[in-house]
Amino acid sequence: MSIQTRTAVTAAPTRMPGVSHHGRLDAVGYLICLGGIVRRELLRFFNQKERFFSALVRPLVWLFIFAAGFRNTLGVSIEPPYQTYVLYEVYVVPGLAVMIQLFNGMQSSLSMVYDREVGSMKVLLTSPYPRWTLLLAKLIAGVTVSVVQAYAFLAIAWFWETDIPPIGYLAALPAFVASGLMLGAIGLLLSSMVRQLENFASVMNFVIFPMFFASSALYPLWRIRESSETLYWICECNPFTHAVQLVRFALYGQFEPVACAVVVGTTIAFFTLAVIAYDPGRGIMARRGGPAGDNS
Amino acid sequence: MTGGREAAPALDVAQVSHRFGARAALSDVSIRVERGRFMALLGPNGAGKTTLFSVITRLYNNQDGRVSIFGHGLDREPSRALARLGVVFQARTLDTDLTVAQNLHYHASLHGIGRRAARERIATLLDRVGLSDRRDDKVRTLSGGQSRRIEIARSLVHGPSLLLLDEPTVGLDLESRADIVAIVRALVREEGLSVLWATHIFEEIEPGDDAVVLHRGRIVARGQAGSIGSEGESLEAAFRRLVTEPKDGGRQAA
Repeated sequence: MSIQTRTAVTAAPTRMPGVSHHGRLDAVGYLICLGGIVRRELLRFFNQKERFFSALVRPLVWLFIFAAGFRNTLGVSIEPPYQTYVLYEVYVVPGLAVMIQLFNGMQSSLSMVYDREVGSMKVLLTSPYPRWTLLLAKLIAGVTVSVVQAYAFLAIAWFWETDIPPIGYLAALPAFVASGLMLGAIGLLLSSMVRQLENFASVMNFVIFPMFFASSALYPLWRIRESSETLYWICECNPFTHAVQLVRFALYGQFEPVACAVVVGTTIAFFTLAVIAYDPGRGIMARRGGPAGDNS
Repeated sequence: MTGGREAAPALDVAQVSHRFGARAALSDVSIRVERGRFMALLGPNGAGKTTLFSVITRLYNNQDGRVSIFGHGLDREPSRALARLGVVFQARTLDTDLTVAQNLHYHASLHGIGRRAARERIATLLDRVGLSDRRDDKVRTLSGGQSRRIEIARSLVHGPSLLLLDEPTVGLDLESRADIVAIVRALVREEGLSVLWATHIFEEIEPGDDAVVLHRGRIVARGQAGSIGSEGESLEAAFRRLVTEPKDGGRQAA
């Protein structure tokens, strides 16, 4: 395995057939880059089978146990998009599907922090494409995974008489993409703020749980209003509520414009902030320590 | 402009300073790596080598000064500059859950090289680093030296003309270390690659190499590695003298 035998087969990069000297920096090149990032995310996701199952088990436990237990305590009266009185299980399905995306968004954020600690973030950021497009690619990759997970959950929930019309599954796709983008963008910004992996437990306590419980995922907001007007308004201001409502209406073939506006607006706001935070001259990269915590 | 670019050095770091809060990590650092040359960047731990690498790879924006790669300024044309740059970071940055080929294809895509175009290139590079038979193995099954060789192959996937290596042989046994040095030296010799090699291991440096010594964020010596020491003084002895002298900020241009 001497160097001589190795070099015998080596050609200079410029002479490699089919490979330009340094890739393509145009739109096609960017699409290749996006494809590569999504592919890596999917490979990692399917490599971690536990992650796939735990992502599924969590909402199924809610659906099969929690919802069954509350079936008789929490009746849900008729309100849009439902046309009749629905069972509690039917009510919680959209919220649980979006909960998967919430956890996934935070998981992507966690993996960004991990990437930063182990240094593979550096590899991503030395790509010649503009940094915001790399972050967008990361976001799209996370959304792809979260949509796959949400549909896997819906497929299992289907056996549980969730009463979703077939067309609803199709109509909900753009809604899932939108809510996934929003939750991913929130996660992206969080990843820029969390310095170390250990701090991530607090994200669970201070972000995931409040967002999930102070929303319309588990109970209709009019129920909350009966107990507390303040809490009702907190839930109304929670973007997660709107993500759930957008998906809920879409699953029954309806469009909820207010929810859509809030979801899109929140996505843009958080993504912009994340881009600023990852800018090499500002935000986390400029602070002492930088992306991998090295300061030598 | 293009004429200037034709003649531009592979890497031109001009008067770069960088601060972390109140601490100056780099002060007025200037380094030129000429095309097709091997330049050693010597410095003790904490000298600012990794910060300098982070500035050159645009992980940090340099706060003062200018960095150009083959005449492409990192501030004005970051894409063109980064496209010609290959990097081997000090920390291991391969995805251990993925296979060697998956890692290399991922990197190719980050540079806009599609799977089909990358396949042949990857095969060639794996051959070059002597690891063709490990193509479909998970990275976690490789030894330290083998992953380093894969990282070198990865840094070359997009055909860069300038290669940056941040202490690439740290933590490796003698044989792996020699392998890595030999691979990179062959690239310089046979393909005209320009290299900036950060290290504090003197056996990796040849007397004819260009060298700069970085200490406490400043360049304290520069010149051909063989001529940095004074009469009869080895490079290692000269280095020890330079980095122990308390002349904070002393500069010695060659």
